[in-house]
Amino acid sequence: MSTQPNSFRTQPDERGHFGIFGGRFVAETLMPLVLDLEREYRAAQSDPAFAAEFDDLLTHYVGRPSPLYYAERLTEELRKDAPAGKGAQIWFKRDELNHTGAHKINNCIGQILLARRMGKTRIIAETGAGQHGVATATVCARFGLPCVIYMGARDMERQQPNVFRMKLLGAEVIGVESGARTLKDAMNEALRDWVANVHDTFYIIGTAAGPHPYPELVRDFQSVIGKEARAQLLERTGRLPDLLVAAIGGGSNAIGLFHPFLDDPSVRMLGVEAAGHGLDNEHAASLAGGAPGILHGNRTYLLQDEDGQIDEAHSISAGLDYPGIGPEHAWLRDIGRVEYTSATDTEALGAFQLLCRTEGIIPALEPSHAIAAVTKVAREMNRDAIIVVNLCGRGDKDIFTVAEALGTRI
Amino acid sequence: MTRFAAAFAKPHAALVTFVTAGDGDTAAVLDALVAGGADVIELGMPFTDPMADGPAIQAANLRSFAAGTTTADILAIAKGFRARHADIPLVLMGYANPMTVRGADWFAAACKDSGVDGVICVDIPFEEDDSLGPALRAAGVDQIRLATPTTDAARLPAVLDGAGGFLYYVSVAGITGLQQAAQASIEEAVARLRTQTDLPIAVGFGVRTPEQAANIARVADGVVVGSALVELVAQHGADAPRHIESFTRSLAAAIHGAKEIAA
Repeated sequence: MSTQPNSFRTQPDERGHFGIFGGRFVAETLMPLVLDLEREYRAAQSDPAFAAEFDDLLTHYVGRPSPLYYAERLTEELRKDAPAGKGAQIWFKRDELNHTGAHKINNCIGQILLARRMGKTRIIAETGAGQHGVATATVCARFGLPCVIYMGARDMERQQPNVFRMKLLGAEVIGVESGARTLKDAMNEALRDWVANVHDTFYIIGTAAGPHPYPELVRDFQSVIGKEARAQLLERTGRLPDLLVAAIGGGSNAIGLFHPFLDDPSVRMLGVEAAGHGLDNEHAASLAGGAPGILHGNRTYLLQDEDGQIDEAHSISAGLDYPGIGPEHAWLRDIGRVEYTSATDTEALGAFQLLCRTEGIIPALEPSHAIAAVTKVAREMNRDAIIVVNLCGRGDKDIFTVAEALGTRI
Repeated sequence: MTRFAAAFAKPHAALVTFVTAGDGDTAAVLDALVAGGADVIELGMPFTDPMADGPAIQAANLRSFAAGTTTADILAIAKGFRARHADIPLVLMGYANPMTVRGADWFAAACKDSGVDGVICVDIPFEEDDSLGPALRAAGVDQIRLATPTTDAARLPAVLDGAGGFLYYVSVAGITGLQQAAQASIEEAVARLRTQTDLPIAVGFGVRTPEQAANIARVADGVVVGSALVELVAQHGADAPRHIESFTRSLAAAIHGAKEIAA
């Protein structure tokens, strides 16, 4: 058994490493900029005015705090076929009610404030499902900065409503035709843009991955989710949750929920990767089916072949369709603080419909993976146990994908 | 004297040529580069996610993968080259993951065994040097570092620490094969770099014509040409070696004659 640290909340180290993961694996051209960003982030962290502006925008623009909601009907539904005395209470952290419909906006607010501090005048971003693209386009409109969004051409096809939203918000959406034409390829193209425009451009990375300090600062901005959930549950029930559950693509909503609880030993945590067509088939579960490697600025678990070539990921959820994972999750997995599992496309579709029917909430396909995992674990836990699930996005964007998967014509 | 030292000790600037391994008949392409007068060979290791490369080299990577190229194939190409050309320095250039996936020590030993003189890894800055640098140095393989327009005076000593072979000056902040730097900015940068290092300085990114190459050769120790050669492979397929040799000859003539013209 490995030695456990005194705190799980002190990562990364000064080089941006989470254990052996993370780091700054970027071209020399980008390195000075990455160092500038770190300096500026440190300055912002010690500037009360930065925190005040961030909090003010989260309150009055994003609509925080998001509710913590006890899903009574879903809880009862899962208790029906649970063993006697089993069937944990399921609570949702409702980040799908944020402005723009997902947790992504929390991070975008933080990063655009950093961009402004650094005097950058142009914003770029990558997007998978389009939620981060919409959130980025939103803050760019709000702050009057030009915005270019890179999106895999295949993702543009399956997320057309979000493409239109980004355009309405004034962003230029550039379809990426390379590779599998999904999130990984969009990230490559965004990095190519950045390296050619370092003087004026800020890259708003959408997940807790990429070169240091991105995994740290995205986590910090998203940690509002876990801080709120912790305070809200304590206020409502007087206790901490027994289990936290969140879906993981890059892992920003999950780390945002988990991080404030990492030093509460009674709180278990479960990250849910996308198992696509199954772990023995095409999937996007880099912890379950990958190995450590270097991509997009950090060392982390990656889906790759024996030569280190990156495999294409597959998930019905465009937001989880990425062959890597944030480095802090890789570390938390290896030291055993967080458990990780996966849910298939089919299981996520089932959970999507279950939540629609039992709670009147249409979830995004991303948190549907978390809900799918909850339908299994809740039945094994005592009735007085509390599970908090991050409902990190709403499903309006996914109804066309779901209709197609269910064989329905809209 | 190492192969690098010999290549850069000539009375003229060196022509450094890049092609992607496994794109076309690479052995024949490499022979054509040598026949045309290339002084240093960079062999690109294809990667699925070449973040620093422009469209030409991205496409070359895809062609190489379509042909089924593996790391073992690339090392075999290197070994074959070394058997045919004892004196020309050979560099493997690529990205961190394919180089480190089996462990840095494995890769360094494979380079040594295949007659590779140096390695350029695009996405390992000196901050992450322990992921590859110590293994290369222990194996006696030079680590060729990149300096860029964003590498300031404060970073440069650390970039140079542990660097070997030559210093590759990336003349534009951008990706391979697109825009070209202004001659004046190249001259200023090379002069600045020379005050900090005795390593030969080769300049690349966006160099496409013999005229450009000659201008750079007047101030630098080497000129790197990549995308323009890779495009010839794309354009001519099986017939590419003939065209590569001819284009290389024109580059070599321009570069090798540049200093005499200047003098």
